Amino acid sequence: MSLQNFHAIASIYKFELHRFRRTWLTGLLVPVITTTLYFVVFGGAIGSRMTEVDGIAYGAFIVPGLIMMSMLTESIFNASFGIYMPKYSGTIYELLSAPISATETVIAYVGAAATKSLIVGTIIFLTAHLFVDIHVAHPFAMAGFMLLIAISFCLFGFILGIWAQGFEQLQVIPLLVVTPLTFLGGAFYSVHMLADPWRTMTLFNPIVYLISGFRWTFFGRGDVAIEYSLLFVAAMLILCIAIIGWMFRTGYRLKK
Amino acid sequence: MASIIEIKGLTKRYASGFEALKGVDLSIEEGEIFALLGPNGAGKTTMISIICGIARASGGSVTVAGHDIVRDYRGARTAIGLVPQELHTDQFEQVIDTVRLSRGLFGLPRNDAYVEKILRDLSLWDKRNNRIIELSGGMKRRVMIAKALSHEPRVLFLDEPTAGVDVELRRDMWKLIGELRQTGVTIILTTHYIEEAEEMADRVGVINRGELMLVEEKTALMKKLGKKTLSVVLADPMESVPAELAEWNVTLNADGHEIEYIFDTQAERTGVSSLLRKLGDLGIGYKDLNTKQSSLEDIFVSLVHQEKAA
Ligand SMILES: Nc1ncnc2c1ncn2[C@@H]1O[C@H](COP(=O)(O)OP(=O)(O)OP(=O)(O)O)[C@@H](O)[C@H]1O
Ligand SMILES: [Mg+2]
Repeated sequence: MSLQNFHAIASIYKFELHRFRRTWLTGLLVPVITTTLYFVVFGGAIGSRMTEVDGIAYGAFIVPGLIMMSMLTESIFNASFGIYMPKYSGTIYELLSAPISATETVIAYVGAAATKSLIVGTIIFLTAHLFVDIHVAHPFAMAGFMLLIAISFCLFGFILGIWAQGFEQLQVIPLLVVTPLTFLGGAFYSVHMLADPWRTMTLFNPIVYLISGFRWTFFGRGDVAIEYSLLFVAAMLILCIAIIGWMFRTGYRLKK
Repeated sequence: MASIIEIKGLTKRYASGFEALKGVDLSIEEGEIFALLGPNGAGKTTMISIICGIARASGGSVTVAGHDIVRDYRGARTAIGLVPQELHTDQFEQVIDTVRLSRGLFGLPRNDAYVEKILRDLSLWDKRNNRIIELSGGMKRRVMIAKALSHEPRVLFLDEPTAGVDVELRRDMWKLIGELRQTGVTIILTTHYIEEAEEMADRVGVINRGELMLVEEKTALMKKLGKKTLSVVLADPMESVPAELAEWNVTLNADGHEIEYIFDTQAERTGVSSLLRKLGDLGIGYKDLNTKQSSLEDIFVSLVHQEKAA
């Protein structure tokens, strides 16, 4: 760890947030609209036939899943673009030639991307209040969990951005892997509602642990024990940090 | 003068296996303007990229202001400003924001007065709030110079600063470089133009195929470059050069139709008129005369020959 260049971290962080601010209207409207649509379709149409899941009103039940879904996509998207764009436009030369360490670079880029996805997560949380009554059982755990998720998936996005050598590579993992896993991750249903071969298979889906853990912070219970969820997030954090460390040490797809 | 950059045995082999630098040794003195001349693909950009941290060296070492570029990259990079060959800019950002970012990246606190001065010096102040996409190519290059200067470097690398730049801007650039030198900044620039090296540099290095072929004071090099070749197309072919012409050291071409005389344009007596008079005296007739400037190419050729001979 070498943290000396605080001006550099602050400059990149501000610059990245500034980039987000340029498109703040779409950036904020999209989550609000998406959430509203989900509530109309799932909360209103389906929820009217399916009043409760695990003793929780269906409208409230889907809130943690919705927040998690948007935060995962936002985190991956923002963090991967944040580092891919300089690579693509060539402005990365400046980052590579600056007296800034790998750790500082990651903190700045991942910090900025995580900030944005936390803002989006909060907006969805607030929007959801317009539709349903939500009582959060463990508010601090909830905030902490959101923070952890934002950071780990921004790290993941950062890796993707360094790895990607074209726009389609940048999209392929989020679209083909993350989105399907999130849909099947119990955002809109409880894993207990599935029949057995499916139910066991679901337990191999990592997203299940995230949504379940997040749901635990809301309602005090989830599909799997909260310890497993925390374990999973911790493992993901460590893995991502290890991969990024290796990328910077070898200059993987960064240095010629 | 003390040296500010020490390059020892620097080699670079790209992932493709191509050897772009084959053991370069070079030391740059503090405060000088050093011009690196060389044809396309010689390895100029590769060398600069390694010093600045954009590419990795395969072997050898570099120190900048006493800091090893790998072990003590912070110290080395803090001293360096880089204006790369290609125009890479954040198209959608405002000029002043990207210049401020550069300063921050190099660990310096915000200093609006300093940034304003740089932008004024580069005639960019009026454009400070424009997005970079709205600027012309020459202006973009100046933005890149502003970014490099924003963090007050001791050494400035300019990789082909005048490529694609009009004559007037080229003059401005030369003036700016001269002014920077006055403030004590060491400048290393690459170019294909001898004229440019002649105008600005204190010393000139010639690189070709990854090898530094020569490093010389500009004045000494200009003497070499100042040489011209006079070719005399003879009316009748000769078997051998007459002894009377020995004094001029002329050479006869293979079929005996042409003789060549190399002379120094800067010399007080070039020997051209005396040679022609002598030819007249000897009754040697000629059909045509022409002179050509020794070009950078010629220097390469002669350097390569010297190397082979050695
Ligand atoms: N990423 C790379 N992978 C493989 N070979 C490369 C790479 N970059 C450059 N080269 C090769 O290395 C050699 C030196 O390139 P370099 O860019 O250093 O030349 P240069 O002297 O700057 O030329 P120019 O005057 O055209 O800018 C060239 O033959 C080039 O093809
Ligand atoms: Mg070049």
